Amino acid sequence: MACVFVRGIGSINLEFLTTVTSAINGTFGILGNIVNALYIIVITILIATPIGIGAAVYLTEYAKPGKLVNLIEFTTETLSGIPSIIYGLFGMVFFGTSLKLGFSILCGSLTLTIMILPIIISTTQSALKTIHMSYRSGAMGIGATKWYMIRTIILPSAMPGIVTAVILSIGRIVGESAALLFTAGSAYLLPKSFFGHIFTSAGTLTIQMYLSMSKAEYGQAFGIALILICVVLLINFLTKVVIKLGTK
Amino acid sequence: MENKISVTNLNLYYGQNHALKSVSMDIPERKITAFIGPSGCGKSTFLKTLNRMNDLVENCRIEGEILLDGEDIYSPKVDTTLLRKKVGMVFQQPNPFPMSIYDNVAYGPRIHGIKDKRTLDEIVETSLRGAAIFDEVKDRLKKSALGLSGGQQQRLCIARALAVRPGVILMDEPTSALDPISTLKIEDLMDDLKKQYTVAIVTHNMQQAARIADYTAFFLVGEMVETGATSDLFSRPKDKRTEDYITGRFG
Repeated sequence: MACVFVRGIGSINLEFLTTVTSAINGTFGILGNIVNALYIIVITILIATPIGIGAAVYLTEYAKPGKLVNLIEFTTETLSGIPSIIYGLFGMVFFGTSLKLGFSILCGSLTLTIMILPIIISTTQSALKTIHMSYRSGAMGIGATKWYMIRTIILPSAMPGIVTAVILSIGRIVGESAALLFTAGSAYLLPKSFFGHIFTSAGTLTIQMYLSMSKAEYGQAFGIALILICVVLLINFLTKVVIKLGTK
Repeated sequence: MENKISVTNLNLYYGQNHALKSVSMDIPERKITAFIGPSGCGKSTFLKTLNRMNDLVENCRIEGEILLDGEDIYSPKVDTTLLRKKVGMVFQQPNPFPMSIYDNVAYGPRIHGIKDKRTLDEIVETSLRGAAIFDEVKDRLKKSALGLSGGQQQRLCIARALAVRPGVILMDEPTSALDPISTLKIEDLMDDLKKQYTVAIVTHNMQQAARIADYTAFFLVGEMVETGATSDLFSRPKDKRTEDYITGRFG
């Protein structure tokens, strides 16, 4: 980290942070990439969180324990361990080509959704499993329906676990490059329209770092690396704050 | 004396296991009825059939009839949510929800659609008073219920059960996890409760049954061996097995 800091701090200045790389203006900046990364994070989380929590609640609270549930849980665990380039390959072929999304934020986000779903599902499931049975019988005992009980007791109790799952996922998205290179693409332009942007190609910070390294611009690469490390630190800090607020 | 609940020929199976064998008995209104017997005799299982908590257990099959105020609670028309509003339950381990004391008590009324703040305030206060805990917690209603002591938590759970204004309160060994002083408080409380509610309690503690219950039923391996007024059952048991149990020959 010290090495990254020493070598990266020199490249960071106002232009680096607030402009977009442009051959005409002769600038190099990562603002476009920062915006792209935010887009990808927000969209992926918006898609993946409801699906992931829903799946976890279903598997833990509703599905009858048996071979099918074991199979799904086993698959989820396996999926969370496979190299991300494989998600990239699948995303490019399925979302990019078959669904004709091409290189776009949406294509990248859908690919990342598949990648982070296992994290969200398994972390949420373990949070749900630690909730004591007595809450369930207590709530049912005064006439709560199962869904009411899940909404008012189970999910709030599991909230710190769920938030941790989301933050872990954001961390994974921020650090992801292989799965995005061939799905979200590598453009570094600023959005022309707020919603239209999700259908355009967009490289995140890690992608820009990869591009800088392949051009042997190590100063830029270390600059981006430093920014990434700061982002991860910030995310970890936020996690702690959120969990602290949640347990009050 | 009216019977609040009357059970006829109740059989219950967990898979192949015949856990309750032709149990027939009445539970009188506004009295305390205790179920005693050694571990595994089916007394808790029997208690849970009274508000259909056994529905949640897989492979559980029930035959027979249980009438609450003359209506069969196992009829397909019965809404278990409404049934459990009428027949509340307090468990062995105090199980307050991880929320404030106020929200714990308001939980039940909110299920049943009460949203008005003033009505809720009133229900919360009456219920907490009913469970003899209001004075101890009135300054900390918004604090987490998990900060209370075990005995206070159990009385809070009783308040939570009272808040939906049930007719019957089932208690499954409510004091077995508590210290003697908290136990005494809850026993005193039960004596108050029976002025308004029908109480059925499972206890493994025969002295407790003798102290608090008006009627007692003795269970043994799934059979209800004998039931009657507590004083009769303890002083002049009719069945040899009851006599052996209460004199401490087994169990």
